[in-house]
Amino acid sequence: MRQFRARSVVAVALCAAVLTGAAACGGDASEPNNQKILLYSGRNEALVKPLFEKFTEKTGIELEVRYGTTAQMAAQLAEEGDRTPAEVFLSQDAGGLGAVNKKGVLATLPAEVLSKVPEAYRAKDGNWVGVTARSRVLVYNPGLVKAEELPRSVFDLTAPRWKGKVAIAPTNGSFQAFVTGVRVQHGEEKAKEYFAALKANDVQIRENNIAIVEEVDAGKVPVGLVNHYYLGEIARERGTSPDKLNARLHFFAAGDSGAMVNVSGIGVLRRSADDPDVRRLLDYLLGSEAQTWFAANTYEYPLVGGAPAPAYVPPLADLKVPPIDLNDLETLEASIELIKSTGLTP
Amino acid sequence: MSAAPAWRRSVRRWAPHPVLLVMAGLAVLIALLPLGYLLLRAGEAGADRIAAELLTARVGRLAARSLALAAVVTVACSVLGVATAFLVTRTDLPARRVFAVLAALPLAVPTYIAAFAWMSSVDGFAGFWASALVLILCCYPYTFLPVAATLQRADPAQEDVARSLGHDPWRTFRSVTLPQLRPAIAGGALLVALYVLSDFGAVALLRTDTFTRAVFTAFELGFDRTGALVLSTVLVVLTTVLLAGESLTRRRGARYAAVGSGARRPPVPARLGRWRRPAALLLAGVSALALGVPALNLTRRLIAGVSRPGSAGEIAEAAANSLTVSAAGAALTMLLALPIGLLAARAPGPPARGIERLSYLTHALPGVVIGLSLVFFGVHVAYPLYQTRWLLTLAYAALFLPLAVAAVSAATAHAPPVLDDVARSLGRSPLSAFATVTVPLITPGIAAGAALVFLTCMKELPATLLLRPTGMDTLATELWTHTSVAAYAAAAPYAALLVALSAIPAWFLAARSGALGHEGDR
Repeated sequence: MRQFRARSVVAVALCAAVLTGAAACGGDASEPNNQKILLYSGRNEALVKPLFEKFTEKTGIELEVRYGTTAQMAAQLAEEGDRTPAEVFLSQDAGGLGAVNKKGVLATLPAEVLSKVPEAYRAKDGNWVGVTARSRVLVYNPGLVKAEELPRSVFDLTAPRWKGKVAIAPTNGSFQAFVTGVRVQHGEEKAKEYFAALKANDVQIRENNIAIVEEVDAGKVPVGLVNHYYLGEIARERGTSPDKLNARLHFFAAGDSGAMVNVSGIGVLRRSADDPDVRRLLDYLLGSEAQTWFAANTYEYPLVGGAPAPAYVPPLADLKVPPIDLNDLETLEASIELIKSTGLTP
Repeated sequence: MSAAPAWRRSVRRWAPHPVLLVMAGLAVLIALLPLGYLLLRAGEAGADRIAAELLTARVGRLAARSLALAAVVTVACSVLGVATAFLVTRTDLPARRVFAVLAALPLAVPTYIAAFAWMSSVDGFAGFWASALVLILCCYPYTFLPVAATLQRADPAQEDVARSLGHDPWRTFRSVTLPQLRPAIAGGALLVALYVLSDFGAVALLRTDTFTRAVFTAFELGFDRTGALVLSTVLVVLTTVLLAGESLTRRRGARYAAVGSGARRPPVPARLGRWRRPAALLLAGVSALALGVPALNLTRRLIAGVSRPGSAGEIAEAAANSLTVSAAGAALTMLLALPIGLLAARAPGPPARGIERLSYLTHALPGVVIGLSLVFFGVHVAYPLYQTRWLLTLAYAALFLPLAVAAVSAATAHAPPVLDDVARSLGRSPLSAFATVTVPLITPGIAAGAALVFLTCMKELPATLLLRPTGMDTLATELWTHTSVAAYAAAAPYAALLVALSAIPAWFLAARSGALGHEGDR
């Protein structure tokens, strides 16, 4: 009896294998102007899929989207090289776009597309363009830190009174961009000194920004260095608005490295440089409907004029952004060496 | 005078059937694809870069920590697995069938779910010992299942003899039972150790700096593919060390199995007496930690959050995708494992042994490395298969071949070649003898292997993300999508379904271990 059951399990498995193969055939999305776009997204499906659906509804152009982390997508694109089926790469940060661009697979975008976005938020060679912006902030718990005690500069966090009280996520792309920012703004020596001091000050390492914001909100850690929009994400999951959470955001003083702004952005693979479908997607993402949608739903800053900033943060124009060039973020190796050498990551 | 025939006989046994050898060789090549890719990419990096990456104190520290974690988890899983197996198969433990299923079920819980549940239930739950605890709770079925199966099949007559010669129960266990269990324990322990080396889910969330975490971090940090791949080669070296260690324990083990599976008195359950209740409480406690903590946490997150998963249709589609790719993965993996396992059992000797060991070599590599190597293979060799379910299925085979090989070897060991010989001496053709005598004996074991691979495929994430057809979601990828934007309530149904669907093969495995059978025993 038992043997019979066992045999049927094997049989079912074999049938499934055959059926799976039969279902595996699909069309090719990469021909130009075929009302289809194949997009690799380093941004999360839960965040951007609703917007993609709006785009398809409006234009009739179908989006086939491959979701993963930005790092994985960048590795996959590098491995695929010229044989990639992808037409468009949507990245979580400028560093990911820079890394893919270095492989020489991205096309130069049309001037009309580039000019929609301020120069600070696009590639120097015109091979990628920012779609939304996110600011680095200090998230804090007012129950543990009084507002007037908050640091003016991110450099103050190495003081003894912050010992063991600051959480960071050093494997996160935004943190690496921040490290690069400090290097670019203050030079290698001071950067090294600063991060070593941060480590020596018993900085708390977390796997990602969400963990930091949750722990700060729960009062387990007083402050943490994160991007501004995580507060919105967590508030939404709890069915409330960001101002109802315990955690609060603190923006560092004008020009401080801790106040740097990074972008999520988009690049087009060379073979699809002239695909009109792809052009319509670029225009849509940089148009007012998508830009307003991002501010309201992912709590990011819109980059194209006119769309309002999310409710719980100061407008982008008011942020006193430090003079850090996002194009320099692709020279990450030195930052990574620095992060590793200070022992902030394994 | 007897030396020459013995020598010749062993040569005849070592010399396997050429077709079998070729098939086994092809199968093992698939498992070795990632190794080829690693060597290629590491070679491109150049000697200087390799030296700069590997010859650092950091690499030594990480390797030491990975090995220490593997050692702690493996020892604990062996103790816990053997104790549980003994209690459910050989004693009058109350509700022992329930406990047998409960002990197999943690296989259905991905380490990233367990780790997440623990860290959000216990303040400050992080670090080496936290990771060790989570991994022990997730991995002990790897030792429990084979040991329970061996205990159930072993002839208790030997233990009776020991007892009749005046050994007390403990001494009997140590000197008679335990040696019989050694191959099962060693095999399970090897799988546990390799799993711990390759695990990312638990160590990442619980912040334990192991080698695999460093590999993933290298990918994340500035998209440093080359550095990550060079680091991964160390995991292959560590695997070789573990394989050598396991081989040592095997060589010392002898064959104990009685010929055939019939004519054996079922063991008389040992009386636990006043230990009956504490033993049951102990097992219930372990299950509560391994299953209850994740279940409670999922429920809590589901109630607390307002995000909702996609429509029932989307959930059903993800579940159907998970089931079909995992079933296909299990089928292909078993198909590839069959020649290797048969070779190991039918023609034991250096060639068979070598091929079997080789199939383990890449088992400690993280999923992302296996995934990238199949991306490379797909793009450069099998482009028509790229981003289809076929290549994903192949990746599962490359990832989980050792699980299947272990199951097939164990199953064929219970169908001694002499039975085939008898059938042939009675006039059956070789094929017919194999089909009518050996196949029925090994099928249950093979099905158990398929169930194990199936379960593991269901949980797999990094390689699935890289290789799935564009637009295809599975339960594991949906779970990842929602948890990475803090939408825990939306993630909970996927997690629950993942565990629930995996519970079916887990139950089957428990049934296979024999711990559920023998209704007439009591």
